[in-house]
Amino acid sequence: MNRIPAALGPAPRYSRSRRLALALAAAIAVGLALAGPAAADLLTPESGGSPNADDIDSLYKLVLAIAIVVFIGVEGALIYSLVKFRARRGAVPAQIRGNTRLEIGWTVGAALILVVLAAFTFAKLPGIRNPPDSGPGGLQLADGVFVAAGPTKRLPPNGKSLNVCVNGQQYIWRFTYANNCSSAPLEAPYSYEQLVVPVNTTVTLDINSQDVAHSWWIPQLGGKFDAIPGYTNHTWFKIPGNLAGKTFTGQCAEMCGRNHANMIASVSAVSPSRFEAFLEQRRAQLRAADQAAAIQRKQVSKQIP
Amino acid sequence: MAATTSETRTAVPQVVAHRVEAERTGWTSWVTTTDHKRIGIMYLVLTFVFFMLGGTEALLMRLQLGVANNTLLDPKTYNELFTMHGTTMIFLFVVPVMAGFGNYFVPLMIGARDMAFPKLNALSFWMLAAGGLVFYGSVFFNPPECGWTCYAPLSETQYLPNGGVDAWIYLIHLTGISSLLGAINFYATIANMRAPGMGWGRLPLFVWAILTYSILLILALPVVAGAVTMLLTDRHFGTHFFDPSNQGSPLLWQHLFWFFGHPEVYIMVLPGFGIISEVIPVFSRKPIFGYKAIASATVVIAFLGMLVWAHHMFATPSPTFVLVFFMLGSFLIAVPTGVKIFNWVATLWRGTVEFTVALLFAVGFVGTFLIGGITGVFLAVFPVDWQLTDTYFVVAHLHYVLMGGAVFAVFAGLYYWFPKITGRLLSEGMGKVSFWLMLVGFQVTFLIQHSLGLDGMPRRVYEYNDVGHLQLYNQISTVGAFVLAAGILVTMFNVVRSVRHGVPAGPDPWKGNTLEWFTSSPPPVNNFDVVPRVRSVEPMKDIRRQIERQSELAEAPAAPTTESSIRA
Repeated sequence: MNRIPAALGPAPRYSRSRRLALALAAAIAVGLALAGPAAADLLTPESGGSPNADDIDSLYKLVLAIAIVVFIGVEGALIYSLVKFRARRGAVPAQIRGNTRLEIGWTVGAALILVVLAAFTFAKLPGIRNPPDSGPGGLQLADGVFVAAGPTKRLPPNGKSLNVCVNGQQYIWRFTYANNCSSAPLEAPYSYEQLVVPVNTTVTLDINSQDVAHSWWIPQLGGKFDAIPGYTNHTWFKIPGNLAGKTFTGQCAEMCGRNHANMIASVSAVSPSRFEAFLEQRRAQLRAADQAAAIQRKQVSKQIP
Repeated sequence: MAATTSETRTAVPQVVAHRVEAERTGWTSWVTTTDHKRIGIMYLVLTFVFFMLGGTEALLMRLQLGVANNTLLDPKTYNELFTMHGTTMIFLFVVPVMAGFGNYFVPLMIGARDMAFPKLNALSFWMLAAGGLVFYGSVFFNPPECGWTCYAPLSETQYLPNGGVDAWIYLIHLTGISSLLGAINFYATIANMRAPGMGWGRLPLFVWAILTYSILLILALPVVAGAVTMLLTDRHFGTHFFDPSNQGSPLLWQHLFWFFGHPEVYIMVLPGFGIISEVIPVFSRKPIFGYKAIASATVVIAFLGMLVWAHHMFATPSPTFVLVFFMLGSFLIAVPTGVKIFNWVATLWRGTVEFTVALLFAVGFVGTFLIGGITGVFLAVFPVDWQLTDTYFVVAHLHYVLMGGAVFAVFAGLYYWFPKITGRLLSEGMGKVSFWLMLVGFQVTFLIQHSLGLDGMPRRVYEYNDVGHLQLYNQISTVGAFVLAAGILVTMFNVVRSVRHGVPAGPDPWKGNTLEWFTSSPPPVNNFDVVPRVRSVEPMKDIRRQIERQSELAEAPAAPTTESSIRA
């Protein structure tokens, strides 16, 4: 009895610290409310560049709505019981050991919330997972020359997409425009760091790596897909027509070594006609470089007797 | 002569007594000890030293990120820092600090005089110390720079040829052996050495948590031990388990690592749940609400925790049904975890809550861990995870679970049990300062990190461009980290000061429920002279009630001491 510390004494001593805590909570809430409008993506992931990114964003918002309700309910009950049931002179604690009906109730309740979440996810999944057909103003694509859909590779319903092979390497991304990435022709146009794509066109990506694990991520165009050596990963995006001229940026999201922070990528959306011009220009540049290299090789072989 | 013979003829009870050796002192007594209490203290001191080291590494990283495109640290140093920070906090702090509390309090709480295998117990501790030494020895050469997950093929010799990864492998092995031996010891102790009457339904919830922690360690550790051995042979003996250029599989590493790595999360947090389940009823002056539900939720979480590892791998090339399976499994874990949180709140409900520092940390844990649990559900929805994984959202989530969760529970345990360990109370005033600094500092540091991730910042980057609000958010986080560190330092100062100058605590300063309060503070070498028969989950409450009844019956108002009344 006599050893009980001062802090266990009667309650009034705590009212000040409690008031402080409430003031603090209010200050944080006001701060967050003010910060909300100031920062567009404070509470939700980036989206707007592709339907799958938009669907992830709306799925996220559904989860967020449920989360806020659960958060307020449980934190509210916690803070309420701390304030209401703090030790007071003469208060007697109720010796309750449990309540089976209540306990079964909240177990089933928690499970039901998760059933709802799972239902939302399954409803949104096809829009996120499966690429749609290209839009009417998109790039004109040839028929049926593509690799078959696999367990993770999805194609649009009409089977037509612009396929890009995305190859991660320490510390840069290489993009090759080819339909079959395992046997892409040598003259297939390619670029590093910046990927140029036509708007209104479904772009499918075959993602792999040639050294360590990387992760492909352009936030506004959808989620991350790891580039793992020895495996091919797949995703897609389709940039709406009104965003021609816009560039979406992102960077490698899997720690890949010392320069991981500088392994950046960007996707430039252009009109289909400008895209075709770009491809033609790349092909011409590659041909010119090839010819220059051939001439050089001849000169070198002449010099060596 | 005659008198003597008549004396020997009288029946005298044969008294058998051991010679009581003087307690050994000095540093050799610590090195050679097999006493579970001294080993527990050594665990706690050593792990808190590593906590300070890991915290310093975190502050250096926060300093680097305080300004966009900072040049304070070079990328190599930064990668070394986050590798050491993560590895230290997980393998050298949170897991072994729980073993420290377990070592000290499991025998006391079940009424045993020591652990089942005292020498094995000492070996566990020295293996941990050896693991820490090998790992921190690499500071003088080349620390590892592959993150605490050391994903292959980055961790193979082609990419990280120096010995840092090898030091990391030996740390995993040594701390792994330490934990494995400790786990076997806990299991044997709890299964065999409980006080008379302490059936499974009367086991303190902290002991339930340590039992489950031990089983998880026994199931998960051999897998990571195998994985790092394969990595070691890949690195030095010509195998190609994880080398894709020779048909090895980098994904195999991820599966093996996370098959251990996810149970590891519960290994770290379940004992914390156990501490909370002890502290909240004591300071609400109420029995724990739903004892059976909490104990079984512990076991169910451990079981489900073994089945959800691939939710760390949602972005890897995996078939949809695999993603769905691991999403639903991860959802399921939220149910028993939620049940625990509801039960803790219900325990406070209609109690008389005494705001001691231990209780503050315990409810701080509940409020903070809730956020970590909720963000865990975001990450379990795999399409949402595709946006969030490997960003600062995950960094925030894991710190809400492990720092706001496990570490707050450790601090609750520290304030609750320090008087038993040392015989002196920690200063409640300083404790409150520490708690509020830590709570505010923690929320300021980590709440904003969710937004950093949503704003597009990946984790493990040593620099970033100031696009969006990245620099502002990072600065908020850095300021918070220093407030959090100040709060931790206040408690460290409190501990150092109170060991000598604290208010004497007496055997039972909090009116506890469990048997560790039925002995002096600090307890003698043999813990208990008499082990009482246990009749409920709260044996100390029964004992106090019995004394009250006896003192009412006795005409003389002189209150009997606890021990004599029990003997009677």
